[in-house]
Amino acid sequence: MSGQVEAPALREAAGRPRRAVRFSRRQLEPYALLAPAAIFMTLFFAWPAVQTLLIAFQKANGSWTLDNFGAMARDTDFRLALRNTLLVLVLIIPIETTIALLMAVLAQSRLFGRDVMLYIWSIPLAVSDLAAGLVWFSIFTSHGYLNSVLQDLHLIAHPVGFLDYNNLGGLVTAIVLAEVWRSMSLVMVIIMSGIQAIPPELDEAAESLGAGAWQRFWKVTLPLLKPTLQVALILRTTTAFQVFGVVLALAGSALPVLAVKSESWVTEYRNYQLAATYAILILVLSSLSTVGYLLFLRTPREVFQR
Amino acid sequence: MSAAIRRPRRRATPQRQLAYAAAGLITAFMLFPLYLIAVAALQPRTAVFDYPRALYPSPFSIESMAFFLNATGILPALGRSLVIGVMTVVLALALGCPAGYAVARYRFAGRDLVQLLIVSVRAFPILILAIPLAVTFINWNLYDSVLSVALVHTVMALPLTILLAASVFLRVPSELEEAAMSMGTSRFGAVWRIVLPLSRQGLGAAALFAFVLSWNEVFAAAVLTVRNPTLPAQIVGALGQSPLPFRFAGGLALTLPALVFIFFMRPYLFSAFGQARS
Repeated sequence: MSGQVEAPALREAAGRPRRAVRFSRRQLEPYALLAPAAIFMTLFFAWPAVQTLLIAFQKANGSWTLDNFGAMARDTDFRLALRNTLLVLVLIIPIETTIALLMAVLAQSRLFGRDVMLYIWSIPLAVSDLAAGLVWFSIFTSHGYLNSVLQDLHLIAHPVGFLDYNNLGGLVTAIVLAEVWRSMSLVMVIIMSGIQAIPPELDEAAESLGAGAWQRFWKVTLPLLKPTLQVALILRTTTAFQVFGVVLALAGSALPVLAVKSESWVTEYRNYQLAATYAILILVLSSLSTVGYLLFLRTPREVFQR
Repeated sequence: MSAAIRRPRRRATPQRQLAYAAAGLITAFMLFPLYLIAVAALQPRTAVFDYPRALYPSPFSIESMAFFLNATGILPALGRSLVIGVMTVVLALALGCPAGYAVARYRFAGRDLVQLLIVSVRAFPILILAIPLAVTFINWNLYDSVLSVALVHTVMALPLTILLAASVFLRVPSELEEAAMSMGTSRFGAVWRIVLPLSRQGLGAAALFAFVLSWNEVFAAAVLTVRNPTLPAQIVGALGQSPLPFRFAGGLALTLPALVFIFFMRPYLFSAFGQARS
């Protein structure tokens, strides 16, 4: 009796290792291919990220503390830096998302000269925030283009100090314009890829039912773009919390922001603890915004069923 | 082209005129600042301080550009930027191509996780890596070196490189690979002789993306260098005490390459920045 039961089990047992070896070889291949990148990212991405967290909770001698957060809160420019970062972000994101939506829709319609237009609209994708800041500096600096034009039109008698220390409105306007100019191309490309993924039948069906272009955009395209907009908003908000080069080029130290504070604590004072604390604050803020986008831009099923 | 000809010619409705007006305005908003920085950077140094400033080019001159390039530290910084860019490209392709091939050609447990990680790394403030790495690189005697900056730039470029490489490999029909393997080559041989040659153009674009990312990056380069900055880091360091011609010329020098870069990157913009679709 036992022999009869054992026979298939034995056969199976004898067959298993061989098959396992043959399968595992093929199954291991993707992991072997991914291993170098994974090891690299663990060493230079995951580990430093954890390390930043540790440094933020340590004194210079390595003992554990919460003092760094108090020190950050007492830092002279802390409140200003936090306010300015949020202010700039709250202006940049809606403005550039709106324009980018318009650009994506325009790029989708068959306009004459579309290829050249798309090339021009893509150029800022390869322009750094520092370069964008310097470009707009030529416009906003006191002897720059904007003052020249205003004075030629006799609207002002003397150059206005748009980028002066006490001119918050001028500084913020310049930074927001430069940042929108640079990054709306990126949002446009993300949205365009989302629009192309929408089946054209939906739009055609709405059109055959008599919906105008405006109605089709609000009722068909925009609801279906929600997941795409989510991706764009998460990416852009995370980068906007780190706004750096554009601020240095346009405002220098006249407009403190979180990333510049973090950098100056490293390069000027070699205070890695405070720099890491600022970095952790930026991480927390951008994570919160990501969670917010995931919660509030959830795509309900009904959108597809309606 | 032929499809456009066959389609009935569209009438110039008010809606269409509005679309052209909007497109024209946006194009002007994109181009005008580029025009202005070119005018500002390419005038004689004496004209730089003219006020009110002319909106059209005064006599063309490369004086400001020459002044910028000859300013202390700019040329060596430019050289370092190029070296770091090339190192980033080599590292990102070496690590990203095998990973991209795995994502493109294999179904395996954890594949979705890999894609999720790639996306989430891009939504992570890279800024927080630079500070502990500065400490680590000091301990490793790598601080203030081109390699240290290239390593961080590779971290930033790798997710994009993997995505691009995967999308490029997906465009090569796997039947070609199987045919080569049925004729006796190994998978590696098939990849080396069939897939890579057919992917040359796409991988070139991936390389360009990595290079542009490195060329443009400011924060990590500023934190990780002191005496050996990259070009953007050198400009940031000099901003405080630099005269107008320096800033205008610097703005143009950093922006000009973008015109060339985008020309070659255009066909791949959607694969790189579009939504990751599985």
